[in-house]
Amino acid sequence: MDLSDLYQEIILDHNKHPRNAHDMSDATHSAEGYNPLCGDEIKVYLKLEGDRVVDISFKGEGCAISKASASLMTERLKGKTLAELGKESAFVLDLLSAEEEPELDLGEVGDLAALSGVRQFPARIKCATLAWHAVDAALAGEDKISTE
Amino acid sequence: MSWDIDSIRRDFPVLSQTVRGKPLVYFDSAASAQKPRQVVEAVDAYYTTYYANIHRGVHELSMRATDAYEAARKRIAKAIHAADPREVIFVRGATEAINLVASSWGRGHLSKGDEILISMMEHHANIVSWQLIAEQTGAVVKAIPMGEEGVLDMDAFDRLLSDRTKILAIGHISNALGTVHPVRAMVDKAHARGIPVLVDGAQAVPHMPINVQELGCDFYVFSGHKVFGPTGVGVLYGRGEVLESMPPYQGGGEMIRSVSIEKTTFRDIPERFEAGTPHIAGAIGLAASFDYLEGLGWDNIHAWEASLLAYATERMEEIPSVRIMGPKDNKASVISFVMEDVHPHDIATVLDAEGIAIRGGHHCAQPLMRALGVSSTARVSLAPYNTKEEVDTLIKTLQKIHTMFAE
Repeated sequence: MDLSDLYQEIILDHNKHPRNAHDMSDATHSAEGYNPLCGDEIKVYLKLEGDRVVDISFKGEGCAISKASASLMTERLKGKTLAELGKESAFVLDLLSAEEEPELDLGEVGDLAALSGVRQFPARIKCATLAWHAVDAALAGEDKISTE
Repeated sequence: MSWDIDSIRRDFPVLSQTVRGKPLVYFDSAASAQKPRQVVEAVDAYYTTYYANIHRGVHELSMRATDAYEAARKRIAKAIHAADPREVIFVRGATEAINLVASSWGRGHLSKGDEILISMMEHHANIVSWQLIAEQTGAVVKAIPMGEEGVLDMDAFDRLLSDRTKILAIGHISNALGTVHPVRAMVDKAHARGIPVLVDGAQAVPHMPINVQELGCDFYVFSGHKVFGPTGVGVLYGRGEVLESMPPYQGGGEMIRSVSIEKTTFRDIPERFEAGTPHIAGAIGLAASFDYLEGLGWDNIHAWEASLLAYATERMEEIPSVRIMGPKDNKASVISFVMEDVHPHDIATVLDAEGIAIRGGHHCAQPLMRALGVSSTARVSLAPYNTKEEVDTLIKTLQKIHTMFAE
């Protein structure tokens, strides 16, 4: 178990300089993710045109893992179709918590690979999945989800 | 002072291990304290040499178990200076004790428009229990706000005490910040208006000798596991005449005088509030933990904890990104802090990787966290078995965190 697997440079960078970290007045979908363990809240916003995510952002309090995961997520999902988003989301949830660690094609996975270190820290997996669950909730028309 | 730290640490076998390849540094005693082998041995002796149920068998083991259980009640009554052992009720912990009072006392005394006075700084156990009974009775929960950071606003307290106030329920020491509240003065003010007082002593009992008669409170509650005793056992102290006036909390065996399908009569205190087979081993273990603490000596414990607290505070203040929350003085050996640009959970994870156990989170005190303007803090709590060398290890790692999360 190595701390530098968890706090990789990409994670620390996204924590310090989160991308797309703002609210969105013309969002078509939004939901709040709440982690009752720590009281952290992250709200995600999506703007859909047809089935394409033309804009996505997040706002809220969180640890480095949840903030970086949300930030990486917004970069990853902007411009994707809903079908692509579903695949990305399923892949990340697998990457974080599937019993068998999925094979990583680094060319395809890109910066998201930085999240794979979280697997070794079970207490922190919910931090990393929070924003992704919130996006799923927003698209399902729910306004709030809890990691509980 | 006579204080042999090596020998004390040997009393806690759990401490002599490595965690993640590093010597364990246990700074989470405010969440739950480690157990000295004297406590473990007392529990073990009950299970291995005289185990039986209490208060019913006529056989030898049952009588020995009953004697040990009642001796534990007496031992704890003596430790907290209760006037009568019957005022000591064994419960599962502080949480159950507060729920017992809220439910049993509350049903008989609260009605629409009555006020239950708590504070913004309470543990959720001393908030939610009252909200539940308020909902059932139409009473309202009011909270004393914070004045200075981490200190109750005593002017507001004076204003909030009114003819509508039916009970004051207040922590003795804040679990999140370590603040020692002026409980004695608050009891006097409440009593001057005929208002009974419950004191949540979960965080106080491990740090100081308690004298419930001197405090004058009507109820005093605490958990065994925070005072180096077993989990699943705790104490509700209640003044005899108040307890006598309260209806049972739970029904069952042990608490009845006679039962028919039409009508049941109940036993006196303490049995009235101990339905079912109690945590006998827990009570015996908890008595042993008071033997242990008094053996160390409260003055010695206080001196050791105070010197560790002063040292840790001074060293932590050397780190520019660290901000310690709450009062500087008049506090227990608890340091709640935040670091600029580092979330408390990240602090706790990095410390964990170095074998250091602390609590990062809202400490079951979300209203307090909101009042402090944070969602959570990191909390280091210091116990008699901690050392300055352990504090040095903490400081080294906090410095590393500072560098790691800086740009």
